[in-house]
Amino acid sequence: MKRLGPRVEQKVAQAGLWTMTLVTVGVLLFIIFFILRRGLPVLSLEFLTANPADMGKSGGIFSTIVGTVALSFLAILIAAPLGVGTAIYLTEYTWGGPLTRVIRFGAECLAGIPSIIFGLFGFILFVTKLKFGWSILSGGLTMAFMLLPTIIRTSEEAIKSVPPAYRTVSFSLGSTKWQTVTRVVLPSALPGIVTGIVLSVGRSIGETAATIFTAGSALRMPTSIFSSTRPMSVHFYILAREGISMSNAYGTAAVLIIAILGINILTYYLMNRFIRKYS
Amino acid sequence: MAMKTKKRGKNRLERNDRLVRLALLVIAFSAVSVLLVITVFIVQQGTPIMFKYGLKSFLAGGNWYPSEKVFGLWPMIVGSLFVTAGALVIGVPFGLACAIVLTEFSSKNVRRVIKPIVELLAGIPSVVYGFMGVIILVPFIRQTFGGPGLSVLAASIVLGIMILPTIISISVDSLQAVPPSYREGSIALGATRWQTVKMVLFPAARSGIIASIILGMGRAIGETMATIMIAGNAAEIPRSLLAPVRTLTSNIALEMSYATGEHREALFATGVILFIIIMVLNTVANATSSRRRRQP
Amino acid sequence: MTDVAIRVRGFSQFFGAVQKLNALDLDVRRNEILGIIGPARSGKSTFLCALNRLNDLVRGSRVEGTITIDGRDIYEPDVDVIELRRKLGMVFATPVPLPRSIFENVAFGARMAGLKGRARLDAVVRDSLERGGLWEEVKDRLETSGLKLSGGQQQRLCLARILAVKPEYILLDEPTSGLDPISTMKIEDSLRKLKKDYTIILVTNNTKQAARVADRTAFFLNGGLVEAGPTADIFTAPQDKRTDDYLRGRFG
Repeated sequence: MKRLGPRVEQKVAQAGLWTMTLVTVGVLLFIIFFILRRGLPVLSLEFLTANPADMGKSGGIFSTIVGTVALSFLAILIAAPLGVGTAIYLTEYTWGGPLTRVIRFGAECLAGIPSIIFGLFGFILFVTKLKFGWSILSGGLTMAFMLLPTIIRTSEEAIKSVPPAYRTVSFSLGSTKWQTVTRVVLPSALPGIVTGIVLSVGRSIGETAATIFTAGSALRMPTSIFSSTRPMSVHFYILAREGISMSNAYGTAAVLIIAILGINILTYYLMNRFIRKYS
Repeated sequence: MAMKTKKRGKNRLERNDRLVRLALLVIAFSAVSVLLVITVFIVQQGTPIMFKYGLKSFLAGGNWYPSEKVFGLWPMIVGSLFVTAGALVIGVPFGLACAIVLTEFSSKNVRRVIKPIVELLAGIPSVVYGFMGVIILVPFIRQTFGGPGLSVLAASIVLGIMILPTIISISVDSLQAVPPSYREGSIALGATRWQTVKMVLFPAARSGIIASIILGMGRAIGETMATIMIAGNAAEIPRSLLAPVRTLTSNIALEMSYATGEHREALFATGVILFIIIMVLNTVANATSSRRRRQP
Repeated sequence: MTDVAIRVRGFSQFFGAVQKLNALDLDVRRNEILGIIGPARSGKSTFLCALNRLNDLVRGSRVEGTITIDGRDIYEPDVDVIELRRKLGMVFATPVPLPRSIFENVAFGARMAGLKGRARLDAVVRDSLERGGLWEEVKDRLETSGLKLSGGQQQRLCLARILAVKPEYILLDEPTSGLDPISTMKIEDSLRKLKKDYTIILVTNNTKQAARVADRTAFFLNGGLVEAGPTADIFTAPQDKRTDDYLRGRFG
């Protein structure tokens, strides 16, 4: 390699790097096409609206869709106010200092904790200690904790990108801090904050390890937040791992992938609008 | 009198603002105290048994027979390390290549296509990765190299792909944070783009890239569902790349559903070990990236 | 006796260890336009932000001395800062319309002060835009975004926006620095008209502007006041050599 001239080396490096990038992109596209090609033929209105029968061997996946939606909804309901509130505190109400550093470090660490640890924790606290049992409530609370760091970080970024001049103007017009935050900063940061929340929904849809120990895996239609439920991701895992029904597994995976794709497109769209607004 | 009313009016305003600040502080603190609560619960559930059977036999013991109350985590610790190392061997070169292409060797339009795809990679559920591993990779390895297919190699490849988004996004950020003047200066001196990347950008973005690798490592160690599906889960130290392996995370997830008593405590102890490893990695990543922030 | 509206005595402003204003003594008379000139970083803007206590928002802000507005020391602990900022409206160097409609921009401060009811808001917005000299140009498109206006229009929108809060003082921080001559002229016209109802302090990096519109002019240098007096005197017979040097363009 040493003998090569810089131009040749450049060519070789560029070709190598591009090949690796294309392999990466290729792998992803392959996964998506593979799942969709085998899963889409399974999809039908009936598959989506019928409840699973015979352990999932036949029937549809309606109750698992309901489970996924219920878990994500509850998780977001808890995590969004907490996360956005934390972000507001970190960006607007503090000038740094040890307490802020502790909070920020905590949030960063929380982001790195594997979902299985969240699962263990949720199992011991919500399922056993608080006696919520395997339920939507236990699963939703556990998942809310998992989503917190993402929501905190994206909200913080969104709030920080609001031009500081807006705040100065608002204060100079005699607004209180609270008015400035709620009437000027948050409306401007809203698309960014929503993007973060939508991103978290995406994460919660795919989550398996944390929910399987907290929400359980009952296939029945949940009737309250104290019902155990089996979200799509767990259903897919059980169908595939126990070899119950490959075609239903593909169908479930396809629904998951389509949901994730939709959410990514939505965040991308929101983010672009947000960026265009401030540049 | 006039003074007095004015004073009260102002105090009300200030009290409101102070109340809001306090409320937000409580929210921020409760959000983060989740970390504390998790730590307390896991440690409280997991440590007694470690000391009961002795830390040494717990960590260094080579046998895991929960029904006979033999709890040696050594094979799982080794398993996690092997699989993680394998994931880094795959993930780091590909991740860095993508990051360099995205920041240095591509046009804006190309970037607009590749970047969302990489972000999509992060959104795919881990069960789907695991499933793809079982359906495609495992049979391929079994037929090509022999062995059961469910192996260190399979797990490494799948985890390597799964940590790509982490490595790419943080490396891209740190490469983009290098002041443009460095790049321009180097090009102006007649260096090629590749030389600039190698000699100027990489050293300048080093701490961010290291942080991205450490965080990727954390993700690989912590991954559960994909690993369970493709690593084979035998609780013994793997003798080769093609041997099955059980990681710390799989150990918990595989047995949690039926474990009781000391067995369950031992699984929580596995969680403690995992937790400590992750916290160490987080702290190191945090320290490297905050050093980068302090000296731009 | 002239009516002194703002009395500044021995006033210093610090940010952490950095001192930005040094023992200022200055009077502002009611219903005058006081021009403040001086080179960049001489403390002109810091002085304006000390008057409405916007400096409080900067970390490590600390003051010495007194600023008395309408007979009251504004740095006393029981002063209502919100009230103070409503009394002293401020226009910044770069126009900053909030990302909302023209109507909502003007109504913003009034709404924050608790004004409700469409009819009353309509009246305030119209009156403020008229005084700011923008009504004729925007009356048919009050619902379009404030960001869509030209630079000069945006600055007049900002002027109208503070008028809607019913201030007694108007602080202008180099309001025409980014504008073309015609827009500048329009703003200066508005200021001359506003003088009879408001006390105006105009910080400007353009000495000719001070000469055109200010009744009295103060010259700042390195955070201190060099001299202040009737504009004609400052421009024709400055007492201090440094003023003379600055006006002749020897520095700054």
